[in-house]
Parts: sequence; C-alpha cells; structure tokens
Amino acid sequence: MVEPVLVWRRLVGAQIRSQFQYRVSFVLDMLGNFLISFIDFLAVLVLFHNTTRLGVWSVREVAFLYAMSSISFALTDLLVGHFDQFPQKIRDGTFDILLVRPRSTLFQVIGSDFQMRRLGKAIQGALVLGYVISSLAIPWDVGRVAMLVVMVPSAIVIFASVWTVGSCLAFWTTDGGEFTNAFTYGGNFLAQYPIDIFSTWLRRFLAYIVPLAFVCYFPALYILDKPDPLGLPRLLQFSSPLVALLGVGVGGLAWRFAVRHYRSAGG
Amino acid sequence: MRLDWEIAKRGWRRYAAYPWATAAGVFTNTVFGFIQAYILLAVFHHRRHVGDYDAADSVTYVWLAQALIMTVYAFGWQELALRIRDGSIATDLARPLDPQRYWLAFDLGRAPYHFIFRGVLPFVVGALVFRLNYPSPGDAAAFVASVSLAVVVSLGFRFLYNSSAFWLIDIRGVMIVALSLSLFFSGMVMPLTFFPSWLADIAHVLPFASIMQVPIDVWLGKHHGLGLLGVLALQLWWALVLLGLGRLALSRGTRKLVIQGG
Repeated sequence: MVEPVLVWRRLVGAQIRSQFQYRVSFVLDMLGNFLISFIDFLAVLVLFHNTTRLGVWSVREVAFLYAMSSISFALTDLLVGHFDQFPQKIRDGTFDILLVRPRSTLFQVIGSDFQMRRLGKAIQGALVLGYVISSLAIPWDVGRVAMLVVMVPSAIVIFASVWTVGSCLAFWTTDGGEFTNAFTYGGNFLAQYPIDIFSTWLRRFLAYIVPLAFVCYFPALYILDKPDPLGLPRLLQFSSPLVALLGVGVGGLAWRFAVRHYRSAGG
Repeated sequence: MRLDWEIAKRGWRRYAAYPWATAAGVFTNTVFGFIQAYILLAVFHHRRHVGDYDAADSVTYVWLAQALIMTVYAFGWQELALRIRDGSIATDLARPLDPQRYWLAFDLGRAPYHFIFRGVLPFVVGALVFRLNYPSPGDAAAFVASVSLAVVVSLGFRFLYNSSAFWLIDIRGVMIVALSLSLFFSGMVMPLTFFPSWLADIAHVLPFASIMQVPIDVWLGKHHGLGLLGVLALQLWWALVLLGLGRLALSRGTRKLVIQGG
C-alpha cells in the first residue's frame, strides 16, 4: 500500500521540479489559469445582473456551488490530470510502453500529468468560496463543517471516476479525445449550477446516472440548509462519499474492460 | 487565386481526415448547448425580455454559439507560434507566398468544414428539442456573409497573438489572456445582451463582438437595412485592422528573427 504512494511521489516530484525550472513561464501560466476560470464566474455575475434568483437560488448560493465545483475540478485536474495527452498514446501506440511496466496503466496515466499551474483555478475558486462563506449566513455546526471537509474529496473522486470512464472511449475512437471534454469541462459547468433548473431528462442523465449532482448540489443543500426544490429524500444529501466509492468501482471496471480491448497501433 | 484555392482545400482536408474528432466535438458541443440553454431559460422564469431578447432568441443564441465555436475557432490556436518557435517559419518566409495569406486561405478552407460538420448537427439537435427562431431568406444570406467576416476577424486576431512568438519564447501566457478576452467579450460565455450596459458598451467597441455576437444578431434579425450594412462594415473594418496589425507584427518580427541551429 505504501509503495505506490512512494512511486507516485517520485513521479510527481520530478514533474514539479521540471515545471519550476521556468519560473516566469510558470507564474504566467498560473495567472492565466486563474484568469480564464474567472470568466466562468463573471458569467454567473452577468446572469444575476438580469435576475435575482435562478430557480430558488440566490447569487451567493450559486456562487457557493460554483466555488465548490471549481475547487474540486481544479484539484482533480491537478491530482489525476486531464487525460488529454492520453488519446495521443493510443493513437501512436506508445500505450504499449505502459503495458509492459510493472504498475497499473491507470496509475501511470494519472501519475504522468501533474501540472502545478492548475492550482491557479483552485485559488480562484477558494477566493470565491471565502467571500461566499463570509457573506452567507450559514448555520455552522459540527455536521456542516464535517460535510464541507468531506465534500471536496468526494467531489474529486466523483469527477475522477467520470473522467476515467469518459476517457475509456479513446480506446475505440483513436482521435476522439474531445469526448472527454464533455465530461471534464461539461461536468464542471453542470455542477456549478443548481440542477433543479435543468429539465428532467437532462437531470436524470447528467446528475444521477453521471452522478454530477453529488459533486455540489446535494451536499450544498445540507450546508446551506435549503429545502430541496425537487423534494428528493434527505438521505441523498449525505450520500456523496458513498457515490464516490461506487464511482471508483465503476471507473476501475470500465478502465480494465477498455484496456483489455486495446489494440496497439503498432510501430 | 488558384493557389489560395488549393491551400483552402488543404485546410478542409486536414480536418476532414479525423471523423471521430468531429463526432466527439459534436457530442461535446451538444452537451454544452443543453446545459447553457437551460441556464438562460431559468432567467426567463422571472421576466419576459432581457434587452431585446426573449426566451426563444436566447436559446437560439446558445445553439448558434455552439455551432459557431469551431467555425470561428474560438479556442486556442498556436500553429503559427509553434512554427516561429521551432524555426519552420524560415522555410515559410522563403516561399513565394506570404504567411498571412497562406493562413487566411487555409482558415477559409477549414471554416466551411467546421461550419457544416461541427455546426449543423448540434444546432439540429437543439432545434428538435427547443423552439428556436429562424432568419428570413435575406437575413440568412447576411448571416453567411457575417460568419465569413467573423472567421477573417478571428484569424486576424489569432495571427496577431501568435506573432508575439517572435519576441517571446513561450506564448502560453499571451494566448490565455487573448483567449480570456475574446471568449468573454465575443459573447461566447454569455450573450452581450445580458451584460450590464456599461460592460456591453465596452464589449461593443472591442473587435471580439464581431466574432460571435454580431453574426448571431444578424441571424436573429436584430439589424435591418442600413443598420445591417453598418454591422457588416464594422466586421470588415475589424478584419482589415487586425490583418493590418498582424502584417506589421510579421514584418517587424521577421526583421529581428534569429533562427537557431540548422
């Protein structure tokens, strides 16, 4: 159990050192990440310039969803990477190299894309979160603090499993890397907004089957002490960690199934 | 002219060679279209109009924007910058064809491919699910002209920020700033109609509105007669200004260009 962690630390450590070699470039990159994700938040503000509520949600409540989703998205992006280099490995056949190494392929893909600049997005989310928490009257208690702490790791695992399943498609569609964008950026986009504004079928597909509602929506209802406008069981508000575990199982199975169907491009 | 045509055909073929990439893109644009359509519709639960847009205008806007993303290449483009960085630009400059003209022709071949194969399908899906607004034949013709101009404005802008590679080794920083500005002020993330008026005023004096908001407004029939000619002229003006600046950057950059190694 300890050994993979050590290997991961060495893999990631090497990448961080190399990224710090070009310091100016690194700082600019991080600022850039900060800026471009800030645009999504501007979009929320522009939206609320035209309405006081989105469904039953106020601007600060949506900003809370936005912040939590952004932080989780950015940390997932940092920790497991974006899978966007990975279709290239399938296309040119270099995935073969991963297969002969004595570590799981998923572990290697995840360990090879650690980009510190992605912290820029997380910082942006954290600033919004700081502002929202100080301006919203949240009835803090032990349960709510615990939920806030558990929420982020659960969200990271849910995002990561969804991305894993999405990126499995690359095994069949060698140049279809953009499929993953629907799940990565698309997933983040959906999770930033309250799911009760979406139509039933979209909600069923993207919020429950692809369990994006468990990233922010359900835990946020509990933390903000909001009655669920959809009237769903209260138990769901506490289910994110469980959904995350389920996601790991499904993600692992999907990946294993996909790797078994991998046909090398040769070379 | 014949040469431009041949280059344009290559622009088309480059992207036609990857049908799965096209399918994946269509899927992604469609998912985003649905999410954004419902977000904007939620605003109309509380009011009938935002500026001169009603709910159908806004949803049409969302689907047109998704359809045009690739046509106007709204996300990062750095082919020219990479050629400058690795020195291939030297070969380009040795050719009896100006690089800007080359990329313009290439892009005008690429854009129709993306318009047809990346644009039409997501829009049709949107049209099947939502009530959308459609243009009169006249506006439809103006829309095609406006989209063509939008492609040129976009290429002009992309060529310009890529030229910064003559002075900088890594243009990622410049590119991400350029992208942020153009995504936000073109109306890509949110229609400019939804902006507070002071911010909309800023957006309308910048060139980016010509890339997205203007063609969509033409489709929606928001401009008539002289007004319509006015916005098309504005797009043409920005196309010329940006291409001119790109040309200036190219000639300045070429003068200081040092190609490493051999």
